[in-house]
Amino acid sequence: MEFSNAQEGLEQFNRRIAIAGGFVLICFTLLFARFVWLQVIQHDYYQTRAEDNRISLVPIVPNRGLIIDRHGEVMARNYSAYTLEIIPTQVANLEETIDGLAEFITIEAKDRKRFKKLLEESKRFDSLPIRTRLTDEEVARFIARRFRFPGVEIKARLFRQYPRGAFASHVLGYIGRITERDLGQIEEADVEANYRGTDHFGKTGLERHYEMELHGTSGFEQVEVDAGGRAIRTLARTAPVPGNNLTLTIDVKLQEVAERAFGERKGSLVAIEPATGGILAMVSMPNYDPNLFVDGITTADWRDLNESPEKPMVNRALNGAYPPGSTFKPFMALAALTTGKRRPEQLLADPGFFNFGGHMFMDDKKGGHGMVDMYKSIVESCNTYYYVLANDLGIDNIAKFMAHFGFGSRTGVDIEGESEGVLPSQAWKKKRFKKPEQQKWYAGETISVGIGQGYNAYTPIQLAQAMATLANDGVMYRPHLVNHIIDTKSAQKTYIEPQPLRTLPLKQEHIDVIKQAMVGVNQEGTGARAFKDAGYVSAGKTGTAQVYSLKGTKYNRDTVKQELRDHSLFIAYAPAEQPKIAVAVLVENGGFGSQAAAPIARQVFDYYLLGKLPPGAAPADEAAREADE
Amino acid sequence: MIRELWAKFVAPIDGPLMVFLGLLILLALITMGSASPARLTTLLAHLAIALTVMRIVAQVPPQRLMYLALPIYVVGVLLLVGVALFGDISKGARRWLDLGFIRIQPSELMKIAMPMMLAWYFQKHESMLRLKDYAVATLILLIPVALIVRQPDLGTSILVLSSGFFVIFFAGLPWKVMFGLGAAAATAAPFAWTLLHDYQRQRILTLLDPEKDPLGKGFHIIQSTIAIGSGGLFGKGWGEGTQAQLDFLPERHTDFIFAVYSEEFGLIGNFILLVIYALLIGRGLLIAANAATLFSRLLAGALTLIFFTYAFVNMGMVSGILPVVGVPLPFVSYGGTALVTLCLGIGILMSIQKNRMLVQK
Repeated sequence: MEFSNAQEGLEQFNRRIAIAGGFVLICFTLLFARFVWLQVIQHDYYQTRAEDNRISLVPIVPNRGLIIDRHGEVMARNYSAYTLEIIPTQVANLEETIDGLAEFITIEAKDRKRFKKLLEESKRFDSLPIRTRLTDEEVARFIARRFRFPGVEIKARLFRQYPRGAFASHVLGYIGRITERDLGQIEEADVEANYRGTDHFGKTGLERHYEMELHGTSGFEQVEVDAGGRAIRTLARTAPVPGNNLTLTIDVKLQEVAERAFGERKGSLVAIEPATGGILAMVSMPNYDPNLFVDGITTADWRDLNESPEKPMVNRALNGAYPPGSTFKPFMALAALTTGKRRPEQLLADPGFFNFGGHMFMDDKKGGHGMVDMYKSIVESCNTYYYVLANDLGIDNIAKFMAHFGFGSRTGVDIEGESEGVLPSQAWKKKRFKKPEQQKWYAGETISVGIGQGYNAYTPIQLAQAMATLANDGVMYRPHLVNHIIDTKSAQKTYIEPQPLRTLPLKQEHIDVIKQAMVGVNQEGTGARAFKDAGYVSAGKTGTAQVYSLKGTKYNRDTVKQELRDHSLFIAYAPAEQPKIAVAVLVENGGFGSQAAAPIARQVFDYYLLGKLPPGAAPADEAAREADE
Repeated sequence: MIRELWAKFVAPIDGPLMVFLGLLILLALITMGSASPARLTTLLAHLAIALTVMRIVAQVPPQRLMYLALPIYVVGVLLLVGVALFGDISKGARRWLDLGFIRIQPSELMKIAMPMMLAWYFQKHESMLRLKDYAVATLILLIPVALIVRQPDLGTSILVLSSGFFVIFFAGLPWKVMFGLGAAAATAAPFAWTLLHDYQRQRILTLLDPEKDPLGKGFHIIQSTIAIGSGGLFGKGWGEGTQAQLDFLPERHTDFIFAVYSEEFGLIGNFILLVIYALLIGRGLLIAANAATLFSRLLAGALTLIFFTYAFVNMGMVSGILPVVGVPLPFVSYGGTALVTLCLGIGILMSIQKNRMLVQK
């Protein structure tokens, strides 16, 4: 192949120049088509994507609602403090950064541990606190060195505070940092958007139950951000709506009197206003300091609380199920009257025992109480009377009657995780046990149920509710802790209207018999010593619940190990003529009801009805002031 | 006197080319003013140097360029070998050679040296071109390309390869051979794939589906297409491009400056830019067609198509239809070396135009 002719070569060259020109035009047309596609046809899509790039919605966390007692004292509030926070994704070497910060800001080992724990737990790796509650000086020191620490920032955050510390801890519960489990609940409630900026979540108690009320509505800022996520300017802002405030039925000073009355002892107390079901005090001892949880509890504190044999984290009022012991007797007596099995004046000769098929059920009094009518059976707490009665009634009649009073079913109080307790019946036993020989109900088992022993197990709140219902002549209310919710924006109050759950099918004359006997208990019976010179007429019933099955050996308070000692119980209401307060008190391993539980009820009644503080107790106001500081 | 001097000064300058170049420089200044105002001063300095080079070269007759072709080429290849042996590594590639007093990128030089060398070669063998000559030309082409690919620098090697190919094409490489080679290349592509560097493969894969890796390697393309697309018909206005101003566009003053321009001036702006490039290229092709010697014709044609290649590959990659290879937008992207090279090319075109056949046929 060869081009001898220069002219021919030139023509070929010019042809190829033309081809090249055509090629260029085709390529440019192609590009132009692409531009039309992107800029005209797909413009809206890319416009949106550019806006999404540019505009970031930054949530503004609302102030959490306050929790206030019935007299207006704040039990849970917020305060603002500076925190030193690290954004782990923006920090190359966390250890080095923290070491660097520690050079001029106190960072203790526990802070590091807590940070590590947060890092592991937290699903949202946005910003985690390494130190909370910085002093002004620490803030200044950090700001001077800020440039050295990209990904570290100072934030002003609101912290939850429980001014009275451990008092009422089981009522209030606590908040803690959101965990994955909480996220599940947030998703379930379909409120993810509202929780986008929120770090904390109610874990237990009222903080948990009323989480959605207390949280409020997040506001947000439309912020223009650059590619690094740095905010350039604010485009728009929607203010957050603070969470609603809760006003409780709880009287915080009464609560404190009750908790102090327990001292070092374990146990529970629930005080209810019979006419409304409003809970005046709900105690579970030992208590704990909910403030520990707010910034993320340290591993050591958590271990202490969880592994303590005293189980301070268990809310005994709702989750402790105890045999009611003799506090069951008034209800048994009422069952006997209602079913017509007994008349009040009907007498029983008590020889000190009840022989059932060769098994001896012993009375607590040697030789027996002699001739016993219903009044005496309650005032003196005669066991034999109830052994016989239980046998006459039969277990299923007992169960049917007791169910009316709420025994063995959740009260529906406004705190999560309440236990059901055990109301024994043939059906219950069948369900409870697997082996056929265990499923059978034995008539002998009914007899111990009659004195509140055996399979019986109820929570203190169930006992208190039953007591309140009896005091209220059979009109039953759902026990509740919140009186009303205050909408912080409109100041509108939403009352938790005390709707009667039901009116029990009881005859007033029967109720009066029982009430009279219970008044007798506090005047001349087992509660008389505790209520000596009370200045008001009260009604009550003591109880002692066996923890330990004696099996023939004699129970001796001094030789039995502390944790095997009997629980001491007391139910009561006052004033007798127009009940304003009903309580159930349980002192774990406290021995006789009259010794441990009844005096606590006395202190609570004295304060609530007379404003009288027990001798030696610090005035409630002063304690509150201490906690404030 | 002054008028005479001025006349003498502008004599070698081709009016139309200068106008089109001037328009591009104007757009470059406007866009840089938005993309990276801090670089405007340096850009002006670059322009001063580049335009000086252009003016000087415009005065050099093509014959003298022809004499220089072989030495420049040889020096270029030697420098490339030097880079391979002693070059500085930056961003994972060995592209720069430190000569003690200056750091140079010899591959850049090759963009001009290559078409000169090949044009010289074909000129030498004019009127008795055989297939063997095309083979030799191909060899001359592939040696430096191979060296540049190894650096690795995909963008520059594509530009050098195409600059050489354009010469061979204009020299009359038979269509049969071209298609044959094309078919062979297609067959060899899978093997070539294995020879590519990881990051080069990634770039090609990313092009196929940028959304697969939105924060990693696909980020550049996604953000630049968003910039272009959101620009719409009229653009967001100068300095108002959110993609550009808020740092979403990477390399926004260099390889991706087109995205800034496109976001702020829209489809209308793109059309104007395309028209200016088309006019510049058209003028270059016309100069080639009218050139006096085979050397001039081939060189002018190849240089012109190089401008096209720059423009097409850059806009194609920024708008997401070509892989991301490091090719700047000619005369607009920030970067002194490329600007000087491009203006050098313009200067050669001007020189060829001034020394064209005055009477055709």
